[in-house]
Amino acid sequence: MAVLQAKQDALAARIAGLNLEHKGWTAEPRAAALARLTAMGLPVKRDEYWRYTDPAVLTAAATPAAAPVPAQTPAFAPIERLKVVFTDGVFDAAASDDLALAGVEIERLATAGAKDIHWAQGLYGQLETRGQVPVERPLAAMNTAFATDGLLIRVTGRAEKPVALIYRHESEGSDAILHHCVKVESGAEFTLLESGAVAARYNTVLEVDVAAGGHFHHIRTQGRDHDRRCVTHLFARLEEEALVKSFTLTASGRLTRNEVILELNGDDGVAHVAGAVMGEGAAFLQDDTIFVTHAGERCESRQVYKKVLRNGATGVFQGKILVKQGAQKTDGYQISQSLLLDEDSNFLAKPELEIYADDVKCSHGSTSGAIDETALFYLQSRGVPKAKAQSLLVLAFLAEALAEIEDEAIAGDILHRLELMLGAMED
Amino acid sequence: MLEIKNLHVKLEEEDKVILRGVDLKVNAGEVHAIMGPNGSGKSTLSYVLAGRDGYEVTDGSATLDGEELLEMEPEERAAAGLFLAFQYPVEIPGVGNMTFLRTAVNAQRKARGEEELSAGEFLKIIREKAKTLKIDAEMLKRPVNVGFSGGEKKRNEILQMAMLEPKMCILDETDSGLDVDAMKLVSDGVNALRDAGRSFLVITHYQRLLDHIKPDVVHIMAAGRIVKTGGPELAIEVETNGYADLLAGVQ
Repeated sequence: MAVLQAKQDALAARIAGLNLEHKGWTAEPRAAALARLTAMGLPVKRDEYWRYTDPAVLTAAATPAAAPVPAQTPAFAPIERLKVVFTDGVFDAAASDDLALAGVEIERLATAGAKDIHWAQGLYGQLETRGQVPVERPLAAMNTAFATDGLLIRVTGRAEKPVALIYRHESEGSDAILHHCVKVESGAEFTLLESGAVAARYNTVLEVDVAAGGHFHHIRTQGRDHDRRCVTHLFARLEEEALVKSFTLTASGRLTRNEVILELNGDDGVAHVAGAVMGEGAAFLQDDTIFVTHAGERCESRQVYKKVLRNGATGVFQGKILVKQGAQKTDGYQISQSLLLDEDSNFLAKPELEIYADDVKCSHGSTSGAIDETALFYLQSRGVPKAKAQSLLVLAFLAEALAEIEDEAIAGDILHRLELMLGAMED
Repeated sequence: MLEIKNLHVKLEEEDKVILRGVDLKVNAGEVHAIMGPNGSGKSTLSYVLAGRDGYEVTDGSATLDGEELLEMEPEERAAAGLFLAFQYPVEIPGVGNMTFLRTAVNAQRKARGEEELSAGEFLKIIREKAKTLKIDAEMLKRPVNVGFSGGEKKRNEILQMAMLEPKMCILDETDSGLDVDAMKLVSDGVNALRDAGRSFLVITHYQRLLDHIKPDVVHIMAAGRIVKTGGPELAIEVETNGYADLLAGVQ
C-alpha cells in the first residue's frame, strides 16, 4: 500500500492550507467528499487514467506561478447574456450583473451554502460521487470538499438569455476551486457560457442535472492564458428526453484536462460533447477525458473532438462509451481526430466501447493526419496564399466539432475567434 | 504569352526523368492543343507550370509574359494569370465552394493591388456565371467538389476559371469522364472565355474535344518532348491513325 500511502501523503500536503466548511447544508457533502478523497489519495501518473497526462502540477502543494492575463475582449461579447464575474476564483460583484433572470434562480455557493436547507442538497457532490465509479476522480472529490464558491442555478422555465461565467486572472499565484450546480427542471431550457482565464491553477466542477425534457447548452472557451494549468469536470445526468450539448474551444495553456462524465439515465435522451483544440508549442498539453454511460433506451450520444497541434504540442483523448444492460437502441458515436501540422506534435488517443446490450449502434474512430497536400496545392493554384489555404483547411477540419453548437450567434462568435487565432498564425 | 524553353523535369523523390526539353510558345489569344500517348509527360507539364511539389526542374524556363513562372509560388502564378483546370479536381470537405471561390478571387485581386469584391458584388457575378454553366445554388453551397459527379467537377473547374479570369488557361484532360452533353457544356464555357487577350493550352487524348474547342495549333508530345507541331489537321490524323505512324515518322 506504499503507493496509496504516498497518494494520501500528497493529499495531506495539498489540502493543508484549505478550509473545510463545516457550517450549513454543504457541510455534509463536503465531509463525505473528504472521506472519499482520503480513501483515494491524489492521482499520480502511474494511474491508468492519468497515463498520458502527468497530474503532478495539479496535485502539488505549491501553486505554480502563472502570469496574469491582461484585460481583453471576453468571448461571447456580441451575445446578450447575464454576466457573472469571478476574479482569481473570487466573485466580483461590481463587475457582475444582478443575479436576476426570469425563470432562473441564481445564487452563490459561498452565501447560499450557509443555509440549513437548500434545493442543491440533492445535487451538490451527488453526480460527482456517481462519477467516481468505475473510475476514481480524486480531483473532483477534492473540489466538492473544498470549493470556495460557484453558482447554484435552478432553471424552471425557458431562460431568455444565457448566463455567462466570465473568469479573470489577475494574481500570479492564485489557486481556484469553483463548484457550480445547475438543475434544469422538466421542460426548462438553459444555456451556460464560460470564458476567460480562471486563475494560475484551477479545478472546477460543474454538476448538471437535467429533468425530463429539459435542455442544457454549454459553450466554453479556454484561451490566451499561456500558463494555464487546470482540471475541469462536467458531470451531467439526463432524464427522459433531456438534451445536453457541451462544446469547448481550447487554445494556449500548459496543462488543460477537461473531463466530461455523462449519464443518460432516462429513455430518449440526447447528449453531445465536442471540443476544438488549437495547440501550439512543446509546453502545450490538452486532455479530453470523456465517459458516457447509456442506461436508458433509445438514447443518442456523440463525442466529437478535433485537435490541431503544432510545434511540439500534445493532445490527449480518452473517450469511453458504456452501454449498460437494457440500454437497447442506443446510438453512440465517438470521433477523435488530430491534425498534426508538423512532425514534432503528438496525439495520444484511447477510444473505448463497453457494451452490455445487444441491440445498439455504436461507432468510434480516431485518426491522426497531416494537412492534405493535394488540397493545399489546389487552393494555392487558385491564388489562395499558402498560410491562408492552411487556415481554410484547419477550419474545415474543426467544422464537425463547431457544428455541435446549436445557437448560430454563439457558433459565429466562436468561429470568429478561431479565425482571429488562425489569422495570427498566418502572419 | 506563355513561353517554355528546353524544359527538363524529373521526379524529386526518384531518378525518373519525365520532361526532356519541352519547347512551346503560345501567343496571346491562341488556343494550343497537346496530344500524346499515355505517359508522354502532358500532365506533368501542366503540374510543373502550376507549381505542384514533387518535381524538380533540372533545366530550362517557363515564362508568362516574360515573368519566370518556375520561381513563383503556386498562388503567385495564379495571381500572374495562370490557371490549371485539373484532370482530377480535388475534393475539400468542410470548405464551402462559395467561400473557396470568394477567398480565391479576393486573394488574387489583393495580390494584384485591386480592391476586394464585397459579398454582394461577388454573389451577383458568380450567380450569373454559374447559371450559364448550369451550376445551381445548391452546388455552390456544398463543400468544394464533395459529392459532385464527374461532370459537375469539370463544370466547377470552368466556373472557377470564369471567376478568376486568368490570361493563360491550361486544361488538363478536361474531357475525361464527360458525356457528350457535359462536354458540350464545358466547351461552351471555355469558348465563351476566348478572347484576344486570353490563351489556352488544351491537353487531351481525343480529337472530340477539339471539335468543340477549335485549336489554332496542335502539338504531339512523346517521351517528354514536343515531337510534332501542326494545325488542327494533326489532331484528325491522330484520331484516324493513332500515334504509332506519327511517332515512327519522327523517330
